[in-house]
Amino acid sequence: MIWGAVLGCAVGCYLLKLAGLSVPPRVLERPLVRRIADLIPVALLAALVAVQVFATSGGNGGQHLAVDARLAGLAAAVVALLLRAPFIVVVVLAAVVAALIRLA
Amino acid sequence: MSALEPARRRSIIRDGLAVGVATGAYGLSFGAIAVTSGLDVWQACALSLLAFTGASQFALVGVVGAGGAPLSGMVAGLLLGTRNTLYGLRLSTLLGLRGARRTAAAHLVIDESTAMSVTRESREAARMGFLATGLSVFVLWNLATFVGALAGDALGDPKAWGFDSAVGGAFLALLWPRLKDRRNQLCAVLAVALALVLVPLVPAGVPVLAAGGVALGLGLVGRDDDPTEVPHQHDLPEGGLG
Repeated sequence: MIWGAVLGCAVGCYLLKLAGLSVPPRVLERPLVRRIADLIPVALLAALVAVQVFATSGGNGGQHLAVDARLAGLAAAVVALLLRAPFIVVVVLAAVVAALIRLA
Repeated sequence: MSALEPARRRSIIRDGLAVGVATGAYGLSFGAIAVTSGLDVWQACALSLLAFTGASQFALVGVVGAGGAPLSGMVAGLLLGTRNTLYGLRLSTLLGLRGARRTAAAHLVIDESTAMSVTRESREAARMGFLATGLSVFVLWNLATFVGALAGDALGDPKAWGFDSAVGGAFLALLWPRLKDRRNQLCAVLAVALALVLVPLVPAGVPVLAAGGVALGLGLVGRDDDPTEVPHQHDLPEGGLG
């Protein structure tokens, strides 16, 4: 199942890149298409942050919301980003803060 | 068209290498997060080698790691991959590639190679910037994924190391440079709200895909132009691999 998703994503992502280089620009270069394509990463990444920080797997395969050490990790990431820290610092800090809170 | 001067050529290649080294750090975190999300080392490496577009890869492993169906992860990855189509549009007239060269170059169409190409003064310089950046990111991103995946595998319980929290931090860091724009801020807030409302109601992975609908809705009601911005060179260190 995971292999299928990995390979499907790989083929699809390549074709999306190739389409941009191959399709005549006027087909896709419309304000509406550009606007939506610009907003998609924002919406998806924001939702991924929310789900990653607040969603917890329940016993029956479902999910529920929970506040735990991950929220502190996210707060640390925000501070790091405000201080213009590089990507790796942001990620490591989010991990370390959550890990330390779980130890305490 | 005239060939590039050696000094100019060297400087473009040097820029490309620097960007490649910087993205190595993303690759390390991607590899580690991928294996702690349930992929094996080879699946993590296959993604970096074949999909080669960071945000999509992070999205796939993020959804799978949260317990979502791999198929939902794949769709989230593909939605994020649509960005590269727009980069390709920008690059096609600039680079002027045809046939086999275009087929090969397509794999390297990502945030970084686009940013290091569209700012150049001539087609030769644009091609050199695209190729130098694309290849150096490709090599270092894949090496770093492998090392990161091995390290993640060796570390054991991902929660004890806070890796689940690292994923949220990684997504936020990818999102951050896009939040300067008012419409993007609104989009992010609505997407978060919708995803959180849906988490208890639908299978894992679906809330993220549903949030894509926010982009669709806001795009449809928007009126002004606001053309898609290609990431600028100075945005890249905190920006994220596309």
